[in-house]
Amino acid sequence: MGTKHTTTALEHEHATHHEHAHDHDEHHESFVAKYIFSMDHKMISRQFLISAIIWAVIAMTMSIIFRMQLAWPGEKFGFVNALLGDKWGKDGILDPNMYLALVTIHGTVMVFFVLTGGLSGTFANLLIPYQIGARDMASGFLNMLSYWFFFISSVIMLSSLFIEDGPASGGWTIYPPLSALPEAMPGSRLGMTLWLCSMALFIISSLLGGLNYIITVINLRTKGMKMTRLPLSIWAFLITAILGVLSFPVLFSCALLLIFDRSMGTSFYLSDIFIGGRPLDNVGGSPVLFEHLFWFLGHPEVYIVLLPALGITSEVISTMSRKPIFGYRAMIGSMLAIGFLSFIVWGHHMFMTGMNPFLGSVFVFTTLLIAIPSAVKAFNYITTLWKGNVQFTPAMLFSIGLVSSFITGGVTGIILADSTLDINVHDTYFVVAHFHIVMGLSAIFGMFAGVYHWFPKMFLRMMNKKLGYLHFWTTFVCAYGTFFPQHFIGLAGVPRRYYTNSNFPMFDNLVDINELCTIFAICGALSQGFFLFNFFYSIFRGEKAPQNPWNSNTIEWTTPMANIHGNWPGPLPVVHRWAYDYSKPGKEHDFVPQNVPLEPGEVDGEGH
Amino acid sequence: MKLLVLLSIVLLIIAGHQLLRIIELSRGLKKTQEWRLTDSDNNMMGKGMLIFMIFFFLFFFWQVNRFIDRALPPSASEHGVKIDQLWDANIYLITFVFLVTNFFLFLFAYKYRGNSKRTAYFFSHNNKLEMLWTIVPAVALAFIIIFGLKYWNEIMDDSQDPNKVTIELYAKQFDWTARYPGKDGKLGNTDYRQIDGTNAVGLDTLDATGNDDVLIKNEFHIPVGRDVVFKMRSRDVIHSAYMPHFRAQMNCVPGMITEFRFKPIYTTAEYRKLPYVIQMMDGINKQRAKLGKEPVVFDYLLLCNKICGASHYNMQMNIIVDSDKDYNAWIAKEEAKKSVKTVASN
Repeated sequence: MGTKHTTTALEHEHATHHEHAHDHDEHHESFVAKYIFSMDHKMISRQFLISAIIWAVIAMTMSIIFRMQLAWPGEKFGFVNALLGDKWGKDGILDPNMYLALVTIHGTVMVFFVLTGGLSGTFANLLIPYQIGARDMASGFLNMLSYWFFFISSVIMLSSLFIEDGPASGGWTIYPPLSALPEAMPGSRLGMTLWLCSMALFIISSLLGGLNYIITVINLRTKGMKMTRLPLSIWAFLITAILGVLSFPVLFSCALLLIFDRSMGTSFYLSDIFIGGRPLDNVGGSPVLFEHLFWFLGHPEVYIVLLPALGITSEVISTMSRKPIFGYRAMIGSMLAIGFLSFIVWGHHMFMTGMNPFLGSVFVFTTLLIAIPSAVKAFNYITTLWKGNVQFTPAMLFSIGLVSSFITGGVTGIILADSTLDINVHDTYFVVAHFHIVMGLSAIFGMFAGVYHWFPKMFLRMMNKKLGYLHFWTTFVCAYGTFFPQHFIGLAGVPRRYYTNSNFPMFDNLVDINELCTIFAICGALSQGFFLFNFFYSIFRGEKAPQNPWNSNTIEWTTPMANIHGNWPGPLPVVHRWAYDYSKPGKEHDFVPQNVPLEPGEVDGEGH
Repeated sequence: MKLLVLLSIVLLIIAGHQLLRIIELSRGLKKTQEWRLTDSDNNMMGKGMLIFMIFFFLFFFWQVNRFIDRALPPSASEHGVKIDQLWDANIYLITFVFLVTNFFLFLFAYKYRGNSKRTAYFFSHNNKLEMLWTIVPAVALAFIIIFGLKYWNEIMDDSQDPNKVTIELYAKQFDWTARYPGKDGKLGNTDYRQIDGTNAVGLDTLDATGNDDVLIKNEFHIPVGRDVVFKMRSRDVIHSAYMPHFRAQMNCVPGMITEFRFKPIYTTAEYRKLPYVIQMMDGINKQRAKLGKEPVVFDYLLLCNKICGASHYNMQMNIIVDSDKDYNAWIAKEEAKKSVKTVASN
């Protein structure tokens, strides 16, 4: 009922847009309305992107600091002291508590702020209205709130880096009792409170955004845009939003109970604890409850991070191979299957937590099932390249990089999903290597692909191709160089989150592997300079973008190259075909945009 | 000093900016479309894909060759031998998949690199192919699941061996205590409220079965060839008892008693003589010599593998696997020490 009302209101608004379309240019908005409290999906998308880039730089710098500690423990680095001060980096040596804090905040920021807020926020906002042919999101106001909750949440998280006890440092999974008890570590004091507040706001942001994406995709598709004609990117954003809406509230309740335990004396997660020289009153709770609640979000979260990247890549690979995506319906089916299964696999993070082993075997089964749709997707990407006419734009290079890292990191998932094999590599560097490659690299590559591909749409200018090439090759090589050797560190039994490995003689012969990882990490981090420069320079000084630089079929390229309200100055385009008519036999060009009517007798979609 | 660094950064930015303006001015005269792809771009990048693949695979094999003998030595427990077999089977399978799929990915990227004369082949779907790569992974996974669960059930089976040894591992920030049941063979009850300076693991003073319990720090002993059942507890936060050489791991959770069971198959002395271990220790001692540390001999280890605070990285205990005879002698000695102490304190 509410939805219907919204739609009517929007239609009305659209009608008004029409009448005033011609005087758009004369209409001047104030700076605040245009750049700050904007309700326009394109501006909100840019806000998310720039915020995410800032976060990514911060989180990456953190990773360099702790990688250097791991490679050269006890060495003095001037820049560590310069960044962290005398308290956390005395004489340039990283403090063990700060090490844990950096690891924690690096994980939190990368997973939530960069790859959830940043990736979905940027591209779902940009592409949903553009690619389905809508004037804007269903609710521009909620969309604006979504960004500003994200912003406040970011500010709180950032400010927690500057407090006396240091930020949260119990790992990004913040398992209680470690995170619940201020006596357990300095990071569990104010830093943890701020972390929880920040995440609560983040969840609100994510829900507002997600609801908006779902409603928009379902209600505001233009005429002819059937669900089976949606580009795969939109399918990915839709499924991602549904996953987020269903799982983030569980994280909220999980965090809320932790807040109660921390500040109101409840015992949801606490029992039989003696700490700080005294026994606590809390009895009857269980940290395992927290783990269940956390991973009920935590696992879908992996796909919330990954699916948008896969969606973006599907578009880019098809467009740049000049071929239809192979198995469009199978791709949708795979994403739906992955989305559904992601809700019943969370226990594979918990094989070693004391959870009933029988329950563990159920999760082994469901988890390994996910490998099937994932394999289908990987094979479909590869087949899309086959007999294509592959155009290597920087976006395409990153997309191929994504498919490679998705496979390379994905296969080790088969090991980790198997509870028997997980016993000995659980929480070791093998896991670190696995998820950084399959989730971290894939999602970041997808994000880069999206930025390079839709930069002309976002900023109306082109990015520099040669710098893009340089950025891709350095990033790709350094990324594998950083994370691949970590499998071997894991095989030697090195646990995660160790400040140094030098306290165990059995790890002494791993020094050179750690150095190798760190050197690649530093080079990889520096090479992001190519991207940052290219990005910010091109915003202001890049070459002017033409209407449809990549000869793409999707309808965002039919809007004028000027960021106007309502996206299309005249009536909305009508869609007549699916998005993948590339190199269709009997056509003049190797692409047929979605708004071109079918010829008599022409079959739409996967038919030949 | 810091000021100088800042100043030089600012100067660099200004210099860069000026340089860019020169480039821009010269480019403005030419009106390039730098972003547009040319055949030579595609050619170069396509070849780049192939070259990358070759180096990537070489890098992979180089790592395997160089690092694989630093992986954990053969399993020192009975169930671990099976885990290792299953591990090997899985690793060969995924390595094969990894190499083949990456090979085709980069090969196709290279082979079908763009060319202004080429037209792509319109190929949108093929049910047979899609069935093929749905069913093949499904069948492979069925085997992985069946074998994985079979072993998992065996490992987690809690049927009792009459000859077993029960030991409690008690974790706290940041050390371990092993508790043996003593002469009566029973671990005494515990109550966390009774923890204090003289009662480190919180033995319940009302339960007499705890009076002969033996507490061990730093290094504990277990017998070879008998089931060792570990009962795990934690005093404060979650820890994880990780004994990598035995392929054993279980979290220690406050408020719960968790359990893991294994049967050691090599005594410490036997394990130290395995060729793999000798070679690994040589490597370690060579590296230690470089770092200026004294050489070490191999010892089984218990590590903490769940983030637990600032000294998480240094929460360790040695494990000694003895022959049955040596173990009995050791535990009798510890029990005797305990009864002397108990008598004395009475």
